[in-house]
Amino acid sequence: MADVTNSKPGSGGMGLNIGKILLEGRAFFALVAIIAVFSILSPVYFSIGNFLIMSSHVAIFGLLAIGMLLVILNGGIDLSVGSTLGLAGVVAGYLMQGVEIPAAGVVLYPPVWAVVVLTICLGAFVGLINGVLIAFFNVPAFVATLGMLYVARGVALLMTNGLTYNNLGGAEALGNTGFDWLGFNRIAGVPIGVIVLALVALTVGLVLARTAFGRWLYASGGNERAAELSGVPTRSVKISVYVLSGICAAIAGLVLSSQLTSAGPTAGTTYELTAIAAVVIGGAALTGGRGNVRGTMLGAFVIGFLSDGLVIIGVSAYWQTVFTGAVIVLAVLLNSLQYGRARR
Amino acid sequence: MTVQQSIRPDAPRGTGEVVMSARHVAKHYGAVKALKGVNFDIHRGQVTTLFGENGAGKSTLMKILAGIVTPTSGQILLDGEPVTFNGANDALAQGISIIHQELALAPNLNVRDNIFMGREIRTRRGVDFAEEERVTRALMEELEEEIDPLTPVEELRLGQQQIVEIARALQAKSRILIMDEPTSALSASEVEVLFKVINDLTAKGVSIVYISHHLEEALEVTDHAVVLRDGEMTAYAPRNEIDLEWIVRNMVGEGFDLGTPPDSKMGEPSLIVEDLCVPDPSGHGLVVDHMSLSVRAGEIVCIYGLMGAGRTEMMECAAGRLRAKSGAVKLHGRDISHMSIAERIEAGLVLVPEDRQRDGLVQTMTVGQNLSLSSIGAFTRGLFTSRKDERKVIDDSIREVTVKTDGGGAMIGSLSGGNQQKVVIGKMLATRPEVILLDEPSRGIDIGAKAEVFKLLARTAQERGLAVLYSTSEVGECLSIAHRIIVMNRGRIAAEFDHTATKEQIMAASGEAVHH
Repeated sequence: MADVTNSKPGSGGMGLNIGKILLEGRAFFALVAIIAVFSILSPVYFSIGNFLIMSSHVAIFGLLAIGMLLVILNGGIDLSVGSTLGLAGVVAGYLMQGVEIPAAGVVLYPPVWAVVVLTICLGAFVGLINGVLIAFFNVPAFVATLGMLYVARGVALLMTNGLTYNNLGGAEALGNTGFDWLGFNRIAGVPIGVIVLALVALTVGLVLARTAFGRWLYASGGNERAAELSGVPTRSVKISVYVLSGICAAIAGLVLSSQLTSAGPTAGTTYELTAIAAVVIGGAALTGGRGNVRGTMLGAFVIGFLSDGLVIIGVSAYWQTVFTGAVIVLAVLLNSLQYGRARR
Repeated sequence: MTVQQSIRPDAPRGTGEVVMSARHVAKHYGAVKALKGVNFDIHRGQVTTLFGENGAGKSTLMKILAGIVTPTSGQILLDGEPVTFNGANDALAQGISIIHQELALAPNLNVRDNIFMGREIRTRRGVDFAEEERVTRALMEELEEEIDPLTPVEELRLGQQQIVEIARALQAKSRILIMDEPTSALSASEVEVLFKVINDLTAKGVSIVYISHHLEEALEVTDHAVVLRDGEMTAYAPRNEIDLEWIVRNMVGEGFDLGTPPDSKMGEPSLIVEDLCVPDPSGHGLVVDHMSLSVRAGEIVCIYGLMGAGRTEMMECAAGRLRAKSGAVKLHGRDISHMSIAERIEAGLVLVPEDRQRDGLVQTMTVGQNLSLSSIGAFTRGLFTSRKDERKVIDDSIREVTVKTDGGGAMIGSLSGGNQQKVVIGKMLATRPEVILLDEPSRGIDIGAKAEVFKLLARTAQERGLAVLYSTSEVGECLSIAHRIIVMNRGRIAAEFDHTATKEQIMAASGEAVHH
């Protein structure tokens, strides 16, 4: 059983226990440490310009991680987000190339906003399949989304025959220009991808903290049986989180293919693991019910700033993998320290 | 109160010297004090029975003696020497084994493998399955059960699984055998066989610690009686000095008032259950068998029955957790049988489940979030929840059900069992229900909290005209606030009494006191 702990909402941490503060703010302190170390090691690391560039890399993982957070809060896992990201990019690319309708003998060029909407719908649909399999047919989340990982990737490869759509710029004459706006433009110097991430993070954060759905999600992740008996529609909540995760993956796919101005069927391979890592580093429990957007964002920035920093100071890519792995294990170790102690 | 006593012909057995004892043993789980300094002796070749209500600390004490739980303070003496056990296997090596209340079997393995789990007979070429099978057969013969050693445990019915659990403990050939509710799923004839086995064992010098809710049954087999209440030992006596009344008096505590039926104005029937049938999860038979009852507004009805009588299933079906095979559940005459759990809560029918850790509380959330979980709609303004309104809902609830907490922000695990139970009840009451079902609301909470819970129910029934239906397996709780008592036995209503009934009448109707 827990002693009366930390999470009194609103009450400032009056207990001056440094160990506890370090443990609870670990993702934040890790990020500060990473920035400090790399700023010393490299003169170019500490600049607004570099931070914005790194942030636009983080945007991709960050979007996936927010979707993943919702699923993990529910006590599930979504392994299909990397493939969904790839599929979303390919579908957007396909739509940008024009859709031929043989019966009418015309080629349809949907405007960019329609491409975005259709791609997001596709992400939602992929998530819906996951959710229905898990909530109604009791397929374990790990297995259902592992299957979807393969299926979505396979569909993306089939659509392009393994090739990449390179021309996503559209044409003035066809009225479908502007796709690269997402990836390249800036508002007040901030890349659009980062703004999208911030908007999604704020929205999801608000939903988690201040809506009935958010409370339902925490409750059904913490104890599904108790939540159900308390009148929480646990099945709809479960399906919703997978749909939302699919939508986040589709948005990430749009941002990535726009940043690259190309859509390849293998984009996003193993990104699901990075997203899980970000959520875990952010302090969420894989058993569900614990975690928040702030932590997940910090987790995504820790991973992003660490790996970009290693590139900047010229450390081999192989060492990056080792470092990332070590950070993940360390994070989980600290999670079990925090939650395991409370459970005793 | 009259009690038929069956004095044993062979009163003192064995030498009676103390083989194992606990001295000032205490166990705390956070704020919850499960044991508060208990002394306990086990005599060689004799049966010592531990009596006490749910949550009195019996199972905790047994787990300490069996090395599963380490005491917070106090000492265990074995043959007069202090010992500390390093886990259950350590205790087993010293000759102490335990039959658990919750079956600790691997359902996918067969009977033989379960009995030898963790202590396989090993030879140089692996496990000697033939020998294991022979021993298993011999054990089953001794227990007079026709169970093939190669049957997977999941294919056995509950009573047979309990036999396997007993055989497992017997196989260890321990000198001290702890039996925590060994008969809860056994038939009368199986209980008789078990008692014969216990007699054989004590004749061989094995010491037995016995726990049972069936008081008369336990009196039949025991040599010593120890009563625990609220984590403390309240009485001790050898068998020939005591009777059933003595045990009940010491278990419940003298003059502890659980309340009287409130003077409420009864209205129309709020809840009507008609001809309800719930199928057994195993597929054959019914756990609730054509049951009909009604509860009026302001009325408090108690359902009494033994474990497996179908109380839980009836309530879960009424609340929408289980699907009925036939029959109807009506709220103010409106059929709600097709509704989901959430819709029934909305309509005004709520359930406080039996197992509050598993079904009642979300351990990852705070006291306040648990309290407000069922009434989020009441403090949602448009899209978003209002913090101010939520705080009001939580503060009102804490005051109404008198939860002792540092405030709504405390973690739910920091509360004692009784206060956790009040949170579950408060959560449901916050939805302003018209009918509340409570499945064993007193389970695992101390006597003081129990009285407070009953008082709360009585007050709410009287003031709000709430219809209350609660179940219990303790007779004392039937004769407290309930206007009516319904006795259930094997899925059916066996009898119905008003609050002037006696404990004996109720127990007789439940099929509990039928060993004579």
